[in-house]
Amino acid sequence: MKIKNIFTYCFISSLFLFSLICIWKILVTLQGIELTNFNFNKLFIFGIILCAINLLIGKKLNLNIKIILLALLFSIFDYLVSINLPIWYSFGIFLISLFFFNNIKDYDKNFLSKNHSSQKLFFNFLTLFGITLFSFVILFPFYMMLVTSFKTQALLLLNPLDFSINFAQGLPELFKSYFIVFKDYNFGRYMLTSTIVSLGTVIITLIFAIPAAYAVARLNFFGKNFLSTSILIIYLFPAIVLVIPLYTIFSQLGLRNSIEGLLIVYTATTLPVAIYMLQGYFKSIPKELEEAGIIDGQNWLGIIFKIILPLSLPAISSVALYVFMIAWNEFLFSLMFLDRPNTFTLSRAIQFLNVGAETPRQYLMAGSVVVTLPILIIFVYFEKYLVSGLTAGSVKG
Amino acid sequence: MSSKLAKIEKRTAYLLILPSVLLVFSIILFPIFSNIWISFKNVELKDLRIPEPRAKKLVKSINDNPNQIKVIYKLRNSSLTQEITNVKFKDKYPDDIEPISLNNKCQFKSNLLKCELGNWPKKYRENLEIVFQNINNQEISKKELKSYKPKLSGKSQNILLTYEFTLNNFKKVIKDKAFIDLLSTTFYYTFFGTIGAIVFGILAAQMVNQKFFGRTFMRSVLLFPYVAPVVALAYTWELLLDPTSGTLNNLLINYQIIDGPINLLGQKYVTLNILGFDFKLRLALTTVIIFEIWRYFPLAFLFILARLQAVPKELYEAADVDGANPIQKFLNITLPQILAVISILFMIRFIWNFNKFEDIFLLTGGASGTRTLPINVYQQGFSIGDIGMGSAVSIVIVVFLLIFMFIYFKLLGKRADEN
Repeated sequence: MKIKNIFTYCFISSLFLFSLICIWKILVTLQGIELTNFNFNKLFIFGIILCAINLLIGKKLNLNIKIILLALLFSIFDYLVSINLPIWYSFGIFLISLFFFNNIKDYDKNFLSKNHSSQKLFFNFLTLFGITLFSFVILFPFYMMLVTSFKTQALLLLNPLDFSINFAQGLPELFKSYFIVFKDYNFGRYMLTSTIVSLGTVIITLIFAIPAAYAVARLNFFGKNFLSTSILIIYLFPAIVLVIPLYTIFSQLGLRNSIEGLLIVYTATTLPVAIYMLQGYFKSIPKELEEAGIIDGQNWLGIIFKIILPLSLPAISSVALYVFMIAWNEFLFSLMFLDRPNTFTLSRAIQFLNVGAETPRQYLMAGSVVVTLPILIIFVYFEKYLVSGLTAGSVKG
Repeated sequence: MSSKLAKIEKRTAYLLILPSVLLVFSIILFPIFSNIWISFKNVELKDLRIPEPRAKKLVKSINDNPNQIKVIYKLRNSSLTQEITNVKFKDKYPDDIEPISLNNKCQFKSNLLKCELGNWPKKYRENLEIVFQNINNQEISKKELKSYKPKLSGKSQNILLTYEFTLNNFKKVIKDKAFIDLLSTTFYYTFFGTIGAIVFGILAAQMVNQKFFGRTFMRSVLLFPYVAPVVALAYTWELLLDPTSGTLNNLLINYQIIDGPINLLGQKYVTLNILGFDFKLRLALTTVIIFEIWRYFPLAFLFILARLQAVPKELYEAADVDGANPIQKFLNITLPQILAVISILFMIRFIWNFNKFEDIFLLTGGASGTRTLPINVYQQGFSIGDIGMGSAVSIVIVVFLLIFMFIYFKLLGKRADEN
């Protein structure tokens, strides 16, 4: 057993425990509980001591008893260091330290004397630490979005760190921001527009893309190679270089402030990727099936509808979901083309809320939740399809 | 027979792709080319409104004579900059009414008043007054007269379709003192945003590639920032980072990590003292880059994870037998395996970050040193209202883009050769 290994082990473990505790403390602070010190010195040193004890006990004691004992010790120490905190806070600390000691329970003197054990240790902790930290960093803004929508501007000005949700006030009061957003700020209408535009884009894109993708995948014609490379090149051109000419043309044709105009642009911009994704899948369908169809006397239309479409439903669903996501989240064109509130999409409406007169932040966040939630629900529910869509189409973003 | 089939096949193919090609051509390719056209013209936002001849109809009764009525048309050219030629005027009247006197421009035939009003210069205004009487000597109803609206038509020159060109836009773009700054900001943002996203993508993929409880859930969570709408995320970040009431500043102050609030999105520079040297960090730009990394590393993660899962396990087992440590394993096995994906990702992300508009626009609007080329397109075209300048900046972007694409396809071709 090398001294260096023991040192790294104690140091890294304690640091990891401390960072877990920090995340917990930040979340507790955001419940409006007064907590102004991480107590780095005391907790860190006590953590090192406990890790060393864990190492010394090794497997002499039942592992479960060891974990609970150490976790209890740590929680009691933390309780003594920090003052006047509710019991659920300490319970959280107990659970976290339980999780932590469970992870280090297998380390003992033997492990540390193996080759590369300090590096292995480091990587193990990095993984654990990484997962915790990544989840925290990613979910934190979403969490704040949600809890802010349940507060009021006045309460937030009073204590900007108090995001506790007061369930005692009753549901109508709790969801007040959402009622106001839908009633006074007309979000119902915007949501309908967004839904119509997104679904419309999906349907029109598919109607255009399926035949084109089939032709590129299966039929021989002059200029086929040129077409399939230009699809990719066109796809890499960003919206920002299209926006000025489209704005001028649409202004003069009177297509601005119309859902039709938006539908045309969204369809055209998603079409290349839809064709690209679909043709790749169509190529993987065995040709023999189509030949059988031809012998049965089917024409091209019949082949597409009766053979290709039923077989490629998974690919079509991932294209549809991907296109829906792009259309629902799209911002630049809706900013440029829509300036009358009766044609706003959700994204444009939220931007309008933010730029306009001082909108209380809970309404802004309620609006953000309204635009985010549907897409996240769809994503979690259809994850498999959407992930394959993202992977195929992710040259864009 | 077979050539006939081939012909049918060809015709069907063209039929199937035609709608898509037409749509993409008119909405994507045509605008890119018209960008070139517009960038050589002196066009402003206000020129885009096509000049219209307008008339406002006023109906006035004449004292002590209810059988007669005076109609005044207030005519004007809606444009302050362009003339309208060959203006024609049309209005309808009830059956039993006719004008008493008419000037030579106008005619009255079967209830229709028609006038040829000639050419209207810019800012043109004129009143056209006509007195009408009822043939049957009855009272004229004002309401009925007012219910008809006059119709006008005229020809005007569309500034977008003239053949006057100028090089001024490009001269202004290149001579602008801020142009170098603009370019350096764009490249700084693009480069660090791309590198950061890829580094975090590798880290995340490396983590999720191991087995642990809740791994599939973790994979979904990691993709949240990428699938959620940018508007909602940008505004949430803005609230979090707000200097006075933002959660981040309040947390840091609460834990005594900083003394006073930091305006992370509104401060151009911050001076850092590292080892006795003063470093000037572009604060707002760095914050925007962090947001960018936060939002787009999931994509790199997804790609790299897919590649990692295809790495044969035997390689790692062999390395274990050889007694390699984890860092050696990563450097000698994992990294070479994912290098191809990383280089493709780098090129694609580089191109997209170079064109990124929404994220910066929503977070800072291009203020405090975060003005990149795409933001400049918007500011020139729509904040300043100089469409020609905006187009010229777009052309600069397209030129860079073509260079990047050339490199990208070269690399892609090379890779294809190697494999």
